[in-house]
Amino acid sequence: MSVLAHIFEAAGIATVVLSSIRAMAEKTAPPRALHCEFPLGRPLGIPNDAKFQHDVLQSAFALLDEPRGPVLVDYPVVIEAESDSVACALPPRFDPNVLPAVDEARGIRKAYDRAVERIGVSSVGRVISADEVPAALESLQKVVDGAPWTEVLPNLNTTALCHDIRTYYEEAALELVNGPAPGGRALEDWFFEKTEAGKVVLAARAAIRDSGAKFPIWFYMTPGHR
Amino acid sequence: MSGDQLMRAHSSSLPGPTFDNPAWVTPRPLRQSRVAIVTSAALYASGDDPFGAADTSFRVIDRERRDLVMGHWSPNFDHVGVKLDLNVVYPIDRLEELAEDGVIGSVAPRHISFAGNQPDDVATIRYDSGPAAAELLRQDGVDVVILTPV
Repeated sequence: MSVLAHIFEAAGIATVVLSSIRAMAEKTAPPRALHCEFPLGRPLGIPNDAKFQHDVLQSAFALLDEPRGPVLVDYPVVIEAESDSVACALPPRFDPNVLPAVDEARGIRKAYDRAVERIGVSSVGRVISADEVPAALESLQKVVDGAPWTEVLPNLNTTALCHDIRTYYEEAALELVNGPAPGGRALEDWFFEKTEAGKVVLAARAAIRDSGAKFPIWFYMTPGHR
Repeated sequence: MSGDQLMRAHSSSLPGPTFDNPAWVTPRPLRQSRVAIVTSAALYASGDDPFGAADTSFRVIDRERRDLVMGHWSPNFDHVGVKLDLNVVYPIDRLEELAEDGVIGSVAPRHISFAGNQPDDVATIRYDSGPAAAELLRQDGVDVVILTPV
């Protein structure tokens, strides 16, 4: 972002960066930056809070009045990504003859469909569709059980495959959450700590790592700290 | 450390390109300025080309579009906020309100989205796709860009 600010400024366009990583803004020194210590992925801070978002923008645009730069100003409100876990009901076991994760993925399909209708678009579909999520979980379980990942996975782009599964769950969860909107890491925690699918993804990642696959193949299947 | 703390610590350790003699534009008054959003959230309009894993190109988002897909490749940050409210990443409705209230001159007809996960030297963005995006914004008469990182 800061690099682009320098490029645009050189082209005659004034810029303001909403910085999310202060050390990077210090290093790259864009002409004007408002550092916002908000959850990563939420540069305006709070979803569905127009008043707050306007305050951030007003603080950012105020930097256009500075006579010279670079200027790096801290927005006074800090928001932590780490919040209490969300209350998000998962469906009870329906078909005891299939894997728990497959049963679960099928069980949340209606919630996913409602979410997509409300949002108007889905971000599932990098390499598999929502219809293919249960089968993908089944193949990841095969990897956990010892099958070579290169032979059983529906797509060998493991990052994209796991993105699609997690995105399917997170979009469905938006319709299942009971209580306030989830904070920055809340649905990630829910997916990896509460769902059967999350457990399968984590176990498959460990199995692929232990099979000697290259670092990027397994590492980016989940957030790095998992 | 938590996920965000780890990401911030990791990103702080990355080499950042430096700029000698950086340019500085003295802008017109905001109430006369045309404003565009440039984000690194890898958002793209539904039906447009998705972003590749190390994609240095950008997508153009028309002012009217709200059906935006989150195409960022990093699993290391929240992808949910943007689905609760597009404006938490891409504050297009806020800009429309500011234009209506006369705080900004106008909202640009086109906005720009890059992917935030880039090679460390960001050479392609610096010398190729970044200047191309600047040229597109200049054609639209953009005076001010607000950059939102993901």
